[in-house]
Amino acid sequence: MFAVWGLYVGFFVAPTDATQGESYRIIFIHVPAAWMSMVLYLAMAGWAAFGWAANARLASMMARAIAPTGAAFTFLALWTGAFWGKPTWGAWWVWDARLTSELILLFLYLGFMALVEAIDDTRRADHAGALLAIVGAVNVPIIYFSVRWWNTLHQGSSISMTAAPKMAHTMLEAMLLMTVAFWAYAFAVVFMRARAIVLERESGADWVQALAHKK
Amino acid sequence: MVWNSASEFFAMGGYGLYVWGSYAVTAAWMLLEPLLAARRHRAALAAIGELDDEQG
Repeated sequence: MFAVWGLYVGFFVAPTDATQGESYRIIFIHVPAAWMSMVLYLAMAGWAAFGWAANARLASMMARAIAPTGAAFTFLALWTGAFWGKPTWGAWWVWDARLTSELILLFLYLGFMALVEAIDDTRRADHAGALLAIVGAVNVPIIYFSVRWWNTLHQGSSISMTAAPKMAHTMLEAMLLMTVAFWAYAFAVVFMRARAIVLERESGADWVQALAHKK
Repeated sequence: MVWNSASEFFAMGGYGLYVWGSYAVTAAWMLLEPLLAARRHRAALAAIGELDDEQG
């Protein structure tokens, strides 16, 4: 519902950008996807760390459930960025600080997924994954601040907590609506996957048996 | 409203390939991923069912 609303505002209400023409309409999915890629990484690292420190199995399962969705949003941020960069910068890809650090984020997600799947002992896999996720979390602030720390081709943030947004009201509205939609989507799909993971891992538990018999 | 016709909307001021290329991939993934997650859930339930059959 938020997606429909956001898309409506993004495509029909927001005016054409003066310098970029219509291609800027990609940001309505690019920016929310990039935000989600970072937020989900921190959530994944947080759950993984908690699962390790407190020996909480469910927290480790949450981390595993988040990883594919986070990787997907990272990929989408890069993909939509490339489709925006081609007409705007003239190149699909440049080795810019923000682009490179976002690419590293994708590899961190993929590395986490590969690592936890590669180790047979489930709890050991969780711990190894947690270590990788925690170390990799250093990358998130690097992505976020990369446009400020380095002289990058990628433009600075369009929104900040401290200053008024530097974009038209309707553009901002569309972007925020899409962000809400992406949040809702991420929650839904992560919990759906978490449910499957719990069933896979706790297949011996009484309540799982009871559930399976009921079906 | 900034569009005068449907074709103008789909052309996106000459950036149609880029705009729709971005949206199409995003939409495709957002349809596919929930299906994959649902299938994994069904597979997990089915596997538990088979386990029961083996144990009798």
